[in-house]
Amino acid sequence: MAISTTAGHAPHAHGKPTGLWRWLAATNHKDIGSMYLWFSFTMFLSGGVMALCIRAELFQPGLQFFQPELFNQLTTLHGLVMVFGAIMPAFTGLANWLLPLMIGAPDMAFARMNNWSFWLLPPAAALLLISFFVPGGAAAAGWTLYAPLATQMGMGMDLTIFAIHILGVSSIMGSINIIVTILNLRAPGMTMMKMPMFAWASLITAYLIIAVMPVLAGVVTMVLTDRHFGTHFFNAAGGGDPVMYQHIFWFFGHPEVYIMALPAFGIVSHIIPTFSRKPLFGYTSMVYATSSIAVLSFMVWAHHMFTTGMPATAQLFFMYATMLIAVPTGVKVFNWIGTMWQGSMSFETPMLFAVGFVCLFTIGGLSGVTLSVAAVDIQLQDTYYVVAHFHYVLVAGALFSLFAAIYYWFPKMTGKMYSEPLGKFHFWWSMIWFNVTFFPMHFLGLAGMPRRIPDYALQFTDFNRIASIGAFCFGLGQLIFLYNMLRSIRHGQAAPHKPWEGAETLEWQIPTPAPYHSFVEAPHVEAGDNGVIHSMTGGAHH
Amino acid sequence: MESVSHQTHYFVPQPSRWPVVGALALFCLGLGAALAVNGVGFGKVSLGVGFAILFYMLFGWFGDVIRESLKGEYHGKEDTSFRWGMGWFIFSEVMFFAAFFGALFYVRTISVPELGNFEHKLLYPDFAAAWPLSTGPGITQPYQAMAAWGLPAINTLILLSSGATLTWAHWGLIQGKRASLTIGLGATVLLGVLFLSLQAYEYRHAMHELNLTLASGAYGMTFYMLTGFHGMHVLLGAIILAVVWLRVMRGHFNPEHHFAFEAAAWYWHFVDVVWLLLFTLVYWL
Ligand code: HEM
Ligand SMILES: [Cu+2]
Repeated sequence: MAISTTAGHAPHAHGKPTGLWRWLAATNHKDIGSMYLWFSFTMFLSGGVMALCIRAELFQPGLQFFQPELFNQLTTLHGLVMVFGAIMPAFTGLANWLLPLMIGAPDMAFARMNNWSFWLLPPAAALLLISFFVPGGAAAAGWTLYAPLATQMGMGMDLTIFAIHILGVSSIMGSINIIVTILNLRAPGMTMMKMPMFAWASLITAYLIIAVMPVLAGVVTMVLTDRHFGTHFFNAAGGGDPVMYQHIFWFFGHPEVYIMALPAFGIVSHIIPTFSRKPLFGYTSMVYATSSIAVLSFMVWAHHMFTTGMPATAQLFFMYATMLIAVPTGVKVFNWIGTMWQGSMSFETPMLFAVGFVCLFTIGGLSGVTLSVAAVDIQLQDTYYVVAHFHYVLVAGALFSLFAAIYYWFPKMTGKMYSEPLGKFHFWWSMIWFNVTFFPMHFLGLAGMPRRIPDYALQFTDFNRIASIGAFCFGLGQLIFLYNMLRSIRHGQAAPHKPWEGAETLEWQIPTPAPYHSFVEAPHVEAGDNGVIHSMTGGAHH
Repeated sequence: MESVSHQTHYFVPQPSRWPVVGALALFCLGLGAALAVNGVGFGKVSLGVGFAILFYMLFGWFGDVIRESLKGEYHGKEDTSFRWGMGWFIFSEVMFFAAFFGALFYVRTISVPELGNFEHKLLYPDFAAAWPLSTGPGITQPYQAMAAWGLPAINTLILLSSGATLTWAHWGLIQGKRASLTIGLGATVLLGVLFLSLQAYEYRHAMHELNLTLASGAYGMTFYMLTGFHGMHVLLGAIILAVVWLRVMRGHFNPEHHFAFEAAAWYWHFVDVVWLLLFTLVYWL
C-alpha cells in the first residue's frame, strides 16, 4: 500500500536542517551517528588523559604527582569513561550510521528516541566529570565499584551511580532501536541469514545490553540505598554480603566485555573479506559462534571471583565454562584466517587495523584462557597481568576495530578520502607503542605487581618505565588520527563511488557520500551470505 | 492494518525538541538526586526542576505521537516497530526486577544461613539464622514480618481481577462494545488505585506496628525494595491506563488500530506477573 497514502506528507520531509538545531533536534540516523562518534572520541581523549596521569605517576616508584586518593579516582574514572563513554557509544554510533544503509532501511526504527539515547550521554559524562570537583572527589572504588568501598566514600560515588543510571537508560533505548530496526526494517530480500555480520553482531550486542544494563542499574541502586537509606545488601550485620555485589555486578560485567567485543568481530568480518577480495569464510558458523558466545557469556561471571572463597565445584564449573567460550572465539579467528587464505590481499589502513586486531585480540584471548584456570588466577587476580589482558582485548581489540571501521567507512560517510600515508603511519605507530606499553605488563603481573596502586616495589621499575614511555607515545599518536580526520573532512580528495574494490555490502551500492535521506523507499535486493549484494532495484534517496 | 510485507515507506519523524529537553530533565534529576541524598539544599530544587521539565517533555512528546497516530502516519510497519519496542522494553524491566529477586535468593539461601553456621559462631555467638525474622547479626531492633494471608492476599485478588477487567475492556474494544470498554478500563484503573492505597496502608502498618523498616536487615530491605519498585510500576501502569481511558473517551481508538491500549495492557500484565512472584517469594514462602 503505503506509497500512495504516505506520499501526502513527503514534501516536508525533504529539507536538511541547519545550524545547531540540526544536531539538537536530530532525527537523522547519520547525524545522530556522527554525534555519537565525536562524543566517543572526546571521551576517549579524556579517558586517555587520565590514563596518562596514571602512567606518569607510575613512571618511577614513590609518589610523584598524585596522592593515592586522587590516583584511585583517576583509575576508576579512566575505566568508567573508556567503557561507557568511549567504546560503547562508538559502537552504537557506528550501528546508527551503518545499519540502515546495510539493511536498506530509511532510518532507525525510532528516530526521535534515537536522539534521546544520544543526548543522554553528555549529561551522564558531565555528572562523572563534575564528580572530580565535589568534596571527597570522584568515585575511587575502581570501575567495578565494589562494595564495601562503594558504600563508603563521598558524594562523587552518588554522582557516579546516577550517571550510570542515565547511561543505562541511554544504552537500553539505543539497543531497542537497533534490535527493532534489524528485525523490522530490513529491505525485501535481506533475510536474517543473509544479513551482514556487523548487523548480526549489533543485534546480539543489543540483546546483551538490554539483558544486563538493568542488572547493573539494580546493583548500583542497592549501593545507593545501602549508602543512604539504611539497607544492608552488602553488609553482613544485616544479613547481606559484599560478595553478593560481585555476583550481581559480574552478571552484568562479563556480558559487558562481549558488548565491547562482538561489534568489533562484526567490523573485521566486513573488512577482511573486502581486502582479501573473497567472501567471508564460514558465514553461517560466524553467526552461530556469535550467538553461542552471547549465551555462554551469562554463565561465566564468577571467573572474576575465584579468590572470594567459592566452593571448589563452583570454581571448576566457571573455569570450564569460561574455557568453553574459547571455542566459538577460536572459530571466529579460524574463519578470519580462512578468509585471508589465498585471497588477493592488499593492506590499506582499515585492513592493517583489522589484521592487527586479529593478532592482538588473539593474544588477549589467550591470556584470558590462562586467567580462566582457577589455580593460576589465584596468583594473577588483581595483578598487572589482568591489566595487560584486558587492554589487549579492549585497546587492540575494541579500539583497533573502531579505527579500522572509521577508516573503512570514512569515504562513505564524508565523501572524502582520508590520507593513506597518515593512516598507515597511525597504524604502525599505534601497533608498536601499544605493545611497548602493555606487553611488559604481563611480566609485571607475573612478578606480582598489583594493579590499582600508585606506588610499587623497586624491582618493578624498569618495566614500568617502558610502559609509561609507550603510553605517552601511543597517546601522542592518536592526535595524528584526529588531524587526519579533520584535514580529510575538509580537504581530502573526493572519494570514488566505491573506494574498495572488494566491498560488496549494501552501503556501497548507494552514492558516495551517503545521501542525507537514503532508502526513503525500501529497495529490493538479492543478497548472498554476509550481506553481499548480487542485485538491487528501487530504493530512492534524496 | 495494512499488509506489512508490501509497505515500502516508513514514517520518520521531523526534527523534534523533546529528546534534548528530556536529556536536560535527566541531568537535573541525576544531579539533584546525588545532591539531595547528601543533604545539599540545592538538590531538591534541581530535582523539582528536573521533574517539571520531564513532565513537560512527556506531555509534549506523547502529544506529538498521538497527533501523528491520529493523522494516520502509523501503518503496519510502524505498528510492528511499536510492538517489538514495547516487548523489549518490558524485557529490560524484567531484568531489573531479576537483580532484586537475585538478591533475595542470595540472602535467603546463601548469606543469612552462612552467617548462622558453625564457622561464624566465633564472630556472632548469639545469631541464629532464621527467615524472615532475625536476618542479620547486627540487627538488634526486633521486628515482625508481614503475613501473607491478610492484606497481601487481598491485594493479589485485586490485581488478578484488574487483569480480568482489562481483558474484558479489550474485548469490548475489539467487538465495538463501548460500555464494556469504558467500564472495564475504568474499573482497572480504580482497582490499581485501590491496590496502591492498600499497599500504602500496609506500609504504615509495617512501619508503625511491626517495626519493619528498610533497615530491618535482609528481610526488611528485600521486602521494601521489591514491593516498593513493584508499587512504583503499578503507579506508572495505572497512570498509563488512565491516559488510555481518556483517549478512549475522546474516541482515539478503533477495533483495528489501538496499540496504545495494548501496550498499556501488556505493561499491566507484566506488573501483575511480577506481583505473583512477589507474593509467592516475598510474602508466602
Ligand atoms: C590510551 C591507552 C590506554 C592506556 C595507556 C591505559 C592505561 C591504563 C592503566 C595504567 C590502568 C590502570 C591500571 C591499574 O592501576 O590498575 C588502566 C585501567 C583500565 N583501563 Fe586503560 N588504558 C588505555 C586505554 C583503555 C581503553 C581504550 C579502555 C577501554 C575500555 C580501557 C579500560 C580500562 C579499564 C576498564 C581499566 C580498569 C580500571 C580499574 O582498575 O577500575 N583502557 N588503563
Ligand atoms: Cu569475565
